[in-house]
Amino acid sequence: MSSVAVPSVRRAARFYEAPLGKKVVMAVTGMILFGYVVAHLAGNLQVYSADHQQINRYAAALHNPSVAVLLWGVRAMLLLAVALHIIAALQLWNLKRIARPIGYVKKDDVPAAYAARTMIWSGSIILAFVIFHILHLTAGTVLPLEELGPNRPNVRANLIGGFQHPAVAGFYILAMLLLCLHLHHGVWSMFQSVGVSHPRYTLWLKRFSAVSALAIAFANISIPVAVLAGWLTQ
Amino acid sequence: MRLLLHIWRQRNAQEKGRTIRYLAADVNPDMSFLEMLDVLNESLIAKGEEPVAFDHDCREGICGTCGFMINGVAHGPLRGTTLCQLHMRHFHDGEELYLEPWRARAFPVVRDLVVDRSAFDRLISAGGFISASTGSAPDGNAILVPKENAEQAMDAAACIGCGACVAMCPNASASLFMGAKISHLGLLPQGQPERLERVLAMVAQSNEERFGGCTNIGECEAVCPKQIKLDVIARMHRDFLRAGWRRRAF
Repeated sequence: MSSVAVPSVRRAARFYEAPLGKKVVMAVTGMILFGYVVAHLAGNLQVYSADHQQINRYAAALHNPSVAVLLWGVRAMLLLAVALHIIAALQLWNLKRIARPIGYVKKDDVPAAYAARTMIWSGSIILAFVIFHILHLTAGTVLPLEELGPNRPNVRANLIGGFQHPAVAGFYILAMLLLCLHLHHGVWSMFQSVGVSHPRYTLWLKRFSAVSALAIAFANISIPVAVLAGWLTQ
Repeated sequence: MRLLLHIWRQRNAQEKGRTIRYLAADVNPDMSFLEMLDVLNESLIAKGEEPVAFDHDCREGICGTCGFMINGVAHGPLRGTTLCQLHMRHFHDGEELYLEPWRARAFPVVRDLVVDRSAFDRLISAGGFISASTGSAPDGNAILVPKENAEQAMDAAACIGCGACVAMCPNASASLFMGAKISHLGLLPQGQPERLERVLAMVAQSNEERFGGCTNIGECEAVCPKQIKLDVIARMHRDFLRAGWRRRAF
C-alpha cells in the first residue's frame, strides 16, 4: 500500500464514474431543487393574503435591482442543479440499457414502486412544464405580462389571468401531480443515496417523503383550483 | 396438477434463445419447483429430447446455486425463499408459467436457465474479503463485538450470492450484493483495516462488469431469499462517500 496523495481531479473522476457517485449528484441537486420547490410554494401562497398587494410586494422585493446579483446567483445555481440532475439521470438511465441488453419476456414488479420506476417520465414532463412555466410567468412569451412599474411585476394579475385559461391550469395541475409522484420517491431516495438509513428512522423518512410530496402538490394545486372556482379574483 | 410452462431454451451463450411450451402433467403439490422440472426432464429424456438445464445444488435453500425467473419474479412468488424450497402447492392447477434465466449483461446465459455468475466472484475477489493470517482458531471473545453490530453483520452475511437481486433490479445493479458484503465486513472489527479500500475496489469492479446503478427501487429487497434490506446499500454509499474524501491512495 502506498500513501501517495490522489489529486482531487482524479478523485472527482473516480467518484463520478461510479453509479454511486451519480446517485449522490442526483441526491444533492435534488435536495437543492426540493428546497427551491418549498421556498417557491411559500412565496406563491402569499396570493391568499387578504392584502392583495402582498404577493406583488414580495415579487418586487425579489426583483429589486439591489439584489439582482443574488437573484441571478440563485438562478444560476438552480440552472446548474437542474442540468446536473438531468445529466446524471440520463446517464443512469443509459446504464440500465447497457446492463441489461436483453429484456425479460415477462417481468413482474414486486413492490408497488410505481413512482420509483417512472422517475424519468415524471421528471421529463415536469421539465417540459418548468420551461413552459418560465416562458409563461417570467419571460412573458405565452401571455402578455402586466407590470405595476419597472421591476415590479403584477404577479397576482398574471397568475389569476393565466389560470383562467383551463389549458394552462390543467397542465399546471398535471405537472403538480407528477411532481407529487417524483417527490414521493425522490425525497426518501436522496437520503438513501447519501447513506442516511437506519432501521429505526428509515420508516419516518419514507413518511416524511410521502407527506411532503402530497402537501406540496395539494398546496400548489389549490391555487389554479381557487382561480377556476372563482374564489381568487383580481 | 397440470401446468403449462413456457421455458427459455438456449443452446449456448452465442445462440439466440426462445421460449418453448411444455406441458407438465401429474405435478404433485408436495414437489419442489426443481423436482417438478426433474420429472419434466425425465419425460423429455424418455422422448429423446434435450432436458432443460438449470442450476441446483443443496436443494435446502442455503447454497445460492439455484434460481431463475418464474413469471418475471426471481425465485418465484414466495417471499424469502429460493426456488428449491418453493413447493408446487403455491401454484394452482392449469397455471401458465414463464421460466427465464437471470438477465444481465454481467450474467451471460450458459444454457437454458443457467447463467454464468462469475462476475460475483470477481466482485468478491476485488474487495469482499479480509486479509488475516490463518492459523488455529482465535480465542473466543478475544475481539469484542457489540451485540447490535454482530446481529446486523450476521443479517448481511446471510447473502448466498444467488443473483436474484441483479435479476430483479430494473437496472441490473449488484448493489444489494455488494452492500451486503460491505456491511457484513464493515460492521465487524476485522473488516476495518480494508473498509474504504474495499468499497472503492468493489464499486470499480462492478463498473467493469457492467452492472447497472442503483435507483432505490427496492425490487432486490423484495425478492432476496435471505431478506437482506436496502439499509446495506445505504451503508455502501456511506462508506463510498467517506472513501471519496480521503486524499491518501490505497
